[in-house]
Amino acid sequence: MSSMISISGLSKAYASGFKALKGIDLDIKRGEIFALLGPNGAGKTTLISIICGITNPSAGQVLVDGRDIRRDYRATRAMIGLVPQELHTDAFETVWATVSFSRGLFGKPRNPAYIEKVLKDLSLWDKKDNKIVTLSGGMKRRVMIAKALSHEPQVLFLDEPTAGVDVELRKAMWDVVRALRASGVTIILTTHYIEEAEEMADRVGVINKGEIILVEKKAALMQKLGKKRLKLHLQSRIDIVPATLAAYNLELAADGGELIYTYDTRSEHTGITSLLGDLRAAGIRFSDLDTTQSSLEEIFVSLVRT
Amino acid sequence: MNFGAVQAIYKFEMARTWRTLLQSIVSPVVSTSLYFVVFGAAIGSRITEVEGISYGTFIVPGLIMLSVLTQSITNASFGIYFPKFIGTIYEILSAPVSYFEIVLGYVGAAATKSIILGLIILATAGLFVPLHIHHPIWMLTFLLLTSVTFSLFGFIIGIWADGFEKLQMIPMLIITPLTFLGGSFYSINMLPQTWQTLALFNPVVYLISGFRWSFYEIADVSVSVSIGMTVGFLAACMLVVSWIFRSGYRLKN
Repeated sequence: MSSMISISGLSKAYASGFKALKGIDLDIKRGEIFALLGPNGAGKTTLISIICGITNPSAGQVLVDGRDIRRDYRATRAMIGLVPQELHTDAFETVWATVSFSRGLFGKPRNPAYIEKVLKDLSLWDKKDNKIVTLSGGMKRRVMIAKALSHEPQVLFLDEPTAGVDVELRKAMWDVVRALRASGVTIILTTHYIEEAEEMADRVGVINKGEIILVEKKAALMQKLGKKRLKLHLQSRIDIVPATLAAYNLELAADGGELIYTYDTRSEHTGITSLLGDLRAAGIRFSDLDTTQSSLEEIFVSLVRT
Repeated sequence: MNFGAVQAIYKFEMARTWRTLLQSIVSPVVSTSLYFVVFGAAIGSRITEVEGISYGTFIVPGLIMLSVLTQSITNASFGIYFPKFIGTIYEILSAPVSYFEIVLGYVGAAATKSIILGLIILATAGLFVPLHIHHPIWMLTFLLLTSVTFSLFGFIIGIWADGFEKLQMIPMLIITPLTFLGGSFYSINMLPQTWQTLALFNPVVYLISGFRWSFYEIADVSVSVSIGMTVGFLAACMLVVSWIFRSGYRLKN
């Protein structure tokens, strides 16, 4: 598969001296859904802003479909649709007017039938004559997506598209994104939601402190995502883990008040049953327990730290 | 050339004008009418003719310029400042449009509003005082040049401003005084000699003088100087705008 977006040596230093991006090299394949993950301030939005022409890079090159984003900005920008993270809308415009405006701005001839389709796909059709100010946050988010799709882009950037959006709407958005991918659109999304990356992405890239630290196929990542933690709140504190439990690699936490067991949900034997049996044999009683799945972000943060 | 984009921006801005009709058109017309009532009818009747023209008639070109200057700046600066303020500027910056097309859309719309406004005020003035325009083509040329130039100037202010206070500052503190002192309500010749010399440093003097000449063939300075100064200011604004876009000043970080 050829590259849709090819980034090499991309750097961005702000006037304050802050280096938001440090020599990014990244290839996005044609037609894939690429999830870009990273903690706040990692450089996700800066990277997207540069590709879309909102921020000037300090150094490096970005090619979209083989064309340079600066020299050939008309061609590259015409191919790109952007849904920014923040809800920036013209409050007093109607949904129909604002989406039509976007299409015009990107130099496409009027096509009411297409706009109608976009609005219907996003369940906005019955709101088309409403002023944006009257819409809920989730609706506004959909308006932003409709604007980005108004000019039939071949590349779509979704910067935290489902932040602050309820579960139902999130699922509806995923359907729209899947349909777009099926029609050949390349999609780059940033997200905090583990399900989102899991559901949607073909590949996942992790950015931290302005550097791409990992790009992997989703399947490879799921291995790392399979880990769960079982936390046992002990009735009485212990100083050391008894030797009989050594095989479980338990961690002591909260000054000996908690035991933590990490296990793989995908393996045949999680070891939980035998652990609980061995705990009783060792005379360790617990008052409560809970399990947590490590989030994608936690995994990456720990990845970055090591 | 992305004409679709120019048209989209232009239509968007004009739609804003009709939506805010009261603020964009009605309020300047009302305030100008008040000037006519106060200076034209009430006080003007006690003032002798200025250069052979009744005072009420004399102030018409100055009053039109006063509104056109301030409204060009206000409309154009607000037009580009607001998307910056609410964040919708992202779409303009990420669209396949050249800087020239962006300016054409915003400044074109602001200048259109100003010209419409100028003509409405002219018509309003016609209700109060008898009007005769000697050089209608030159009158329209001056109106067009001034509207475009000061809309460009407003565009620059809108990009420079990083708060509503700054947005108001230049029109309030610089343009309004310059216009009042630029001969809207009097001929520069009526001033003492020192003030006459000082007035020549006020660019608005040249605009009003040229504009008034197109009405009554009377002018404080020669018409070619008026045109030269206006075109010069237009060129200066264009240079600044092109620098803004090349450098990304206050638009792209």
